[in-house]
Amino acid sequence: MPTIKVDETRCKGCELCAAACARKCITMSTTFSATGYYPAVCCAPDRCTGCGLCYQVCPDLAITVFKEEKK
Amino acid sequence: MLQVTKRPESLLDVKMHYCPGCGHGVAHRLVAEAMDELGIRERTVGVAPVGCAVFADHYFNCDMIQGPHGRGPAIATGIKRSRPGCVVFSYQGDGDLASIGMAETIHSAARSENITIIFINNAIYGMTGGQMAPTTLVGQKATTCPTGRDPRVNGYPIRVCELLAQIEGAKYLERTSVHTAANVLKAKKAVKKAFQCQLEGRGFSLVEIVSTCPTNMGLSPLDACKFVQEKMLPQYPLGVFKDIEGGKHDASRN
Repeated sequence: MPTIKVDETRCKGCELCAAACARKCITMSTTFSATGYYPAVCCAPDRCTGCGLCYQVCPDLAITVFKEEKK
Repeated sequence: MLQVTKRPESLLDVKMHYCPGCGHGVAHRLVAEAMDELGIRERTVGVAPVGCAVFADHYFNCDMIQGPHGRGPAIATGIKRSRPGCVVFSYQGDGDLASIGMAETIHSAARSENITIIFINNAIYGMTGGQMAPTTLVGQKATTCPTGRDPRVNGYPIRVCELLAQIEGAKYLERTSVHTAANVLKAKKAVKKAFQCQLEGRGFSLVEIVSTCPTNMGLSPLDACKFVQEKMLPQYPLGVFKDIEGGKHDASRN
């Protein structure tokens, strides 16, 4: 299943990824990160298609996108 | 699992100091990806501006020189003329390029220097504290025009791409934006094309990237993107303003 990984030490909680996600898979955490922001989290991994739009808009390169390897 | 996105090699693996939602981060990545894809990192020299991107040398994994305010194109000219084999780019903001460095910008275009300029237009001075820039929109508030820019006192915003388009030496001019994912992908192509223009020896290339400055616009990052879409794009229409084949430079020198 495609998924994203958010680097909490890089994320500044700007919410651009949450707005860019066409399938609304990203929401903001309700707890602070170590750097004092509410980082993005993938709230619905089952909906994620690995399209990478969140990666495109992230100003801090905090998001890495993973897809399953083709068999 | 297969990792489908990768931090470009031309961008050092460090945290950026920019404010949340700032367009500089994306613009940095686009320049770095263009360098990676063209395989020119080892022979690229960048010129960092004065402004928020003054620390661009902390982020780009290529040779960098930090220039005085507005003098990016002059420094880039010097590097390119003394080392024609290098790929030279100048990364500048609107206060840097369109105000203090306007003379350098216009004359390097007029001489058709074979350099690439990445111009970040966010309609305000960022690092110095939100003063009015030459690109600030009519009616937009800034610390030096707290009631909004009044054309009778402060004049009108400058459209840099349109201004440079009339100069014969400018060979590739495009205005893009980074406020949505689709526009980021278009901006990436534009940046790569500008570097290719330089590699082909065609002459002066400039990519204007309409960007956001949530902190000094006084908006949330999402509202700043909305501001770009609704207010800035009518004033700064996106598109290719010039893409001229052939130039005075000998491509074999590159």
